[in-house]
Amino acid sequence: MKDVLFTIKSNEKIAKNTYEMVLLGDTEGIKAGAFVNLKLDGFFLRRPISVCEVEGNALTLIYKVVGNGTEKMSQMTKGKKIWTLTGLGNGYDLSKSGNRPLLVGGGAGVPPMYELCKELTREGKSPAVILGFGSLDEVFYENEFKALGADTYVTTVDGTYGTKGFVTDAFDMVDYTYVYTCGPEPMLKAVYNKSVTSGQFSFEERMGCGFGACMGCSCKTKYGNKRICKDGPVLEKEEIIW
Amino acid sequence: MVSLKTELCGIELDNPLIPASGTFGFGYEFAEIYDINCLGSFSFKGTTKDARFGNPTPRIAECENSMINSVGLQNPGVENVIKNELPKLRRCFNKPVMANVSGFSVEDYVYTVEKLDKEECIGWFEINVSCPNVHGGGMSFGTSPEAAAEVTRAVRRVTKKPLIVKLSPNVTDIVSIARACEEAGADGISLINTLLGMKIDLKTKKPVIANKMGGFSGPAIKPVAIRMVYQVYEAVKIPIVGGGGIATAEDVIEMMLAGASAVQVGAQNLVDPFACPKIIENLPRVMEKYGIKNLKDIIGGAH
Repeated sequence: MKDVLFTIKSNEKIAKNTYEMVLLGDTEGIKAGAFVNLKLDGFFLRRPISVCEVEGNALTLIYKVVGNGTEKMSQMTKGKKIWTLTGLGNGYDLSKSGNRPLLVGGGAGVPPMYELCKELTREGKSPAVILGFGSLDEVFYENEFKALGADTYVTTVDGTYGTKGFVTDAFDMVDYTYVYTCGPEPMLKAVYNKSVTSGQFSFEERMGCGFGACMGCSCKTKYGNKRICKDGPVLEKEEIIW
Repeated sequence: MVSLKTELCGIELDNPLIPASGTFGFGYEFAEIYDINCLGSFSFKGTTKDARFGNPTPRIAECENSMINSVGLQNPGVENVIKNELPKLRRCFNKPVMANVSGFSVEDYVYTVEKLDKEECIGWFEINVSCPNVHGGGMSFGTSPEAAAEVTRAVRRVTKKPLIVKLSPNVTDIVSIARACEEAGADGISLINTLLGMKIDLKTKKPVIANKMGGFSGPAIKPVAIRMVYQVYEAVKIPIVGGGGIATAEDVIEMMLAGASAVQVGAQNLVDPFACPKIIENLPRVMEKYGIKNLKDIIGGAH
């Protein structure tokens, strides 16, 4: 864990209530499935945001405006500096993927799939990707995933784009060796029940510190109590208790 | 050359900084990012007789310059603390540590303190009397002078180590409770624990915290803490560990002027894991600014 002063390179709206922020700074130790914790002026606690991409000294975050903190983030402009704790969370274990991992992201759970997809592709794997959104105006990064060479499927709940329904409604279109997923808890549970292989599931919880000190985000697993921020956010399918 | 040294119940501290229980685990998470031997000491995670998972999530809510937590004393229980946590603590911290102990009956407190008393790394006990007394209708031990004194007396019998009682601020007369603990054999008073608070989400129209209420802490509560330390300093002869909203070197000086011999930092550790070393680094400069040579000399200076 490091407290790094990043500088905003860009911060743009890419879909409904959804922004892409590119930060420049020391990205050492930032990996797929991990998160960073941003100190925003005027807010006491930091804002944990999952890592979308890390490339050289550039860190890309995609976040949804859901409250006052992310609202404030959406108004920040190029050149603004943000103290950011990096190297948080366990991240995804790529070694278990097999040749054809399935990456399933829902809404704000889509961004962590991007760095993961990039790294798996680099390793010569052929990931398939299912991205779930509510409606057409919320869809983002479909082309970015395709550009990585991944077979990419989009679902929308209202059917305005791609397959109508939930991410699990696209499962029958793909064969896969393993599952990586991130999204709202009902989606994770649906993926858990639908998937026929083992997998890794990334969870979200309200956090105090983000680095394992406060026990604010604890959950029970079959392997004992875990802290989503430090022992997670990624849990193995076999240990999850719903 | 200024001196940061102070003393707490006969044990010298290199500086008054003591990360507060529940914000510092058993030290080793922080030892990964800095040498925690720079601290005066730290108060380890509240330990109970049996293992506790704690409360349902969400356990955390953010407020203006403050937060609410309802962790519910999650800890692995005293046996596991001794077996698994203290060995790891000793590997990264070589000064006396403060053992924070909670219980839900007088017997619980006695059991836990007796077990921990044999551990040489423990310099002080910090008895958290803010927990509900299951045999007393669920009222917190810390809300009546009699109950707080009863816990103090019982624990006093099973340890010779300095005994510090950490008081709840959610009371009408903090002074009478501090006095009762002193008379019952306490060697020090620690205050304040968190204030009881609530936050309601306007979107869901329900409390944010699953348990509805929780402990309110952070810089917003500092004036309450300063006031209570000031009042208790006038009423007791034993030393005070002051805490509540401490975030800067200036806050440490203010707390010591109110009457604290040592100072706890709580919520700020969660926002900035480097908060304590930063405060220690800044203290000499801030002391010079206010003409302070020895930090020890200013304890209770506001009276």
